Amino acid sequence: MADPLRAGAPETQPLRLANVTKRFGTHTAVEDVSLDLRSGEFLCLLGPSGCGKSTLLRLIAGFETPTSGSIGLDGRDLAGLPPHRRPVNMMFQSYALFPHMSVARNIAYGLKGLGLSRAATAERVEGLLRLVRLDGFADRRPDRLSGGQRQRVALARALAREPRVLLLDEPLGALDRSLREETQAELRALQRRLATSFVVVTHDPSEAMTMADRIGVMDRGRLMQVGAAAELYERPANRFVAGLLGDVNLIEGRLGADAAGPTRTVETGLGPIRASAGAALGPGDAVVVALRPERIRLADESGEGLAGRVIEVTFLGDRIRRLIRMEDGTVLRASGPGGGPDWPVGADVRLGFAPASAVVLPA
Amino acid sequence: MTPRSARPLRALVRLPPLLWLGAFFLVPFAITLKISLSEPATAMPPYLPVLDWAGGVEGWSSFLEALHFTNFETLAGDALYRDAALASLALALTATAILIAIGTPVAYAMARASARWQPILVALVVVPFWTSFLIRVYAWIAILKPEGLLNAGLLRLGLIGAPLEILNTQVAVLIGLTYAYLPFMVLPLYAVMSRLDPVLREAASDLGASPTRVFWSVTLPLAAPGLVAGALLCFIPMVGEFIIPDLLGGSETLMLGRVLWGEFFSNRDWPLASAVAVLMLLIVVGPVILFREAETRRGEAAR
Repeated sequence: MADPLRAGAPETQPLRLANVTKRFGTHTAVEDVSLDLRSGEFLCLLGPSGCGKSTLLRLIAGFETPTSGSIGLDGRDLAGLPPHRRPVNMMFQSYALFPHMSVARNIAYGLKGLGLSRAATAERVEGLLRLVRLDGFADRRPDRLSGGQRQRVALARALAREPRVLLLDEPLGALDRSLREETQAELRALQRRLATSFVVVTHDPSEAMTMADRIGVMDRGRLMQVGAAAELYERPANRFVAGLLGDVNLIEGRLGADAAGPTRTVETGLGPIRASAGAALGPGDAVVVALRPERIRLADESGEGLAGRVIEVTFLGDRIRRLIRMEDGTVLRASGPGGGPDWPVGADVRLGFAPASAVVLPA
Repeated sequence: MTPRSARPLRALVRLPPLLWLGAFFLVPFAITLKISLSEPATAMPPYLPVLDWAGGVEGWSSFLEALHFTNFETLAGDALYRDAALASLALALTATAILIAIGTPVAYAMARASARWQPILVALVVVPFWTSFLIRVYAWIAILKPEGLLNAGLLRLGLIGAPLEILNTQVAVLIGLTYAYLPFMVLPLYAVMSRLDPVLREAASDLGASPTRVFWSVTLPLAAPGLVAGALLCFIPMVGEFIIPDLLGGSETLMLGRVLWGEFFSNRDWPLASAVAVLMLLIVVGPVILFREAETRRGEAAR
């Protein structure tokens, strides 16, 4: 589809946030967020409710004005541009469908003023209805649609103007679980096909991991880390990110005195352990070692590693999770595929892990 | 499931409003209707015919035979009543249009005000009710008369060379109607507008609609029920308004309310006055029925 809004736009970084801060009175909703969105990228903003992710979306859409910092689109500063002049569109969490208009008129609402003929408008609406698989629903009122159908009308309406960036606020939040998983895949496929940049706000880590090219983790107004799911999982920047994506063992300790290298020694209650560390930490700093349960290798009592005793075994189908009490009383979770050696409750085992798979984080 | 014993109780709950309607609306209307069909007479009751309760079926039939439409024929034959009816309609319709034009932006501004201000603004709209309606309308005489506040102000500003003749004209009646009925237009509109989801306005704006288009295409259509309620709430009593045309309108302003007053209290022709009252009711009921029809049809279209 040809898009007048897109003509001549550079192909990289359609959206650039630089040091964006938003305060409401004394409350800082968004604090010093800088972010570059790549063209055609699917970015998820992930975080608990109240972390500022929705405010960030509203700042981009123009419903809120940043207290400081700038938001640029294709190299143009959006400051002072009202929402109706911004080449971004938003899909609202509540869908915000116009109750007094049919599905077709809802979708066509944004097409007015684009200089399309009546026939071209009808054609575009029809195409969008097909895209979201709602052919035949053109004349329905929103209150006569199911939740999933409403969600798709909202999506079609937000896509109608072919925005440079589509902002989606908890787009699947109102759907029930089975429909949500199905829709995640659909949304992802749709985004690939349209090659439009998506910024999706969600509080569901598995949803973010399923859909996103990159995930931006937010907490208390700050953007903690941006990266692909695997990167956030393997190399979390702090314990919040580590804990948000998947299960993790956090072992407290102090950084040893050895010189900075790819792996360093951490003095912990379990004894000295080696783990990979960033350079920003100095000897003696309080740290935690983040260790994923599936990175822990178990061995018999006679083997190498840290000594512990199995206190609980849970069969989860695709894997088996064991709780292991270490000699100092710390309980670690270890998980692995079934079918290996059977260490029942009460078995004495040895724990090992590759230093590269454990990450030293600031405490 | 409702226990069987609760059913008579529920019927009992419905009784008071029905009794109220019967005692204060249906019975008086039946009496008015009967008098309007009686012999024209410039006197006190009883008005002929009188129903002979002891006469049985025969009494009823002779009573019904004696009823006639003479009073309504008089109304139809005399241009005075037709003109008064048309003038009342025209004034009420014009005033309703002005009230919509003024009330809509006022209600919208109130609905958009901050949560702290909204109760204060509602109170400001309601506060005039603390003063008697009669006194508030009377005060307009002091404002509108040739040497009144309005003319004095305009003269001092040099906008006019000689005092305007406003008092005792239709303009004065329109000003009075607009002033007196504005709260009844603003409050239902505000009630609907303040409950509209602001996200809908944001969505419209996000889809490229200018603030003007957002108002016309989203806010106003969704506020339509409040607009219709306000318009009916104003139009119906304005058709029969007596005090405002009596105090502010000149002798040439003939509204049904004044004609009604004249027939009842000056001419003492109760049967004719009752016929005027019935006519007024018909004029007022018309728009209500049309509105109900439109609502039903819209409700069906949405299904």
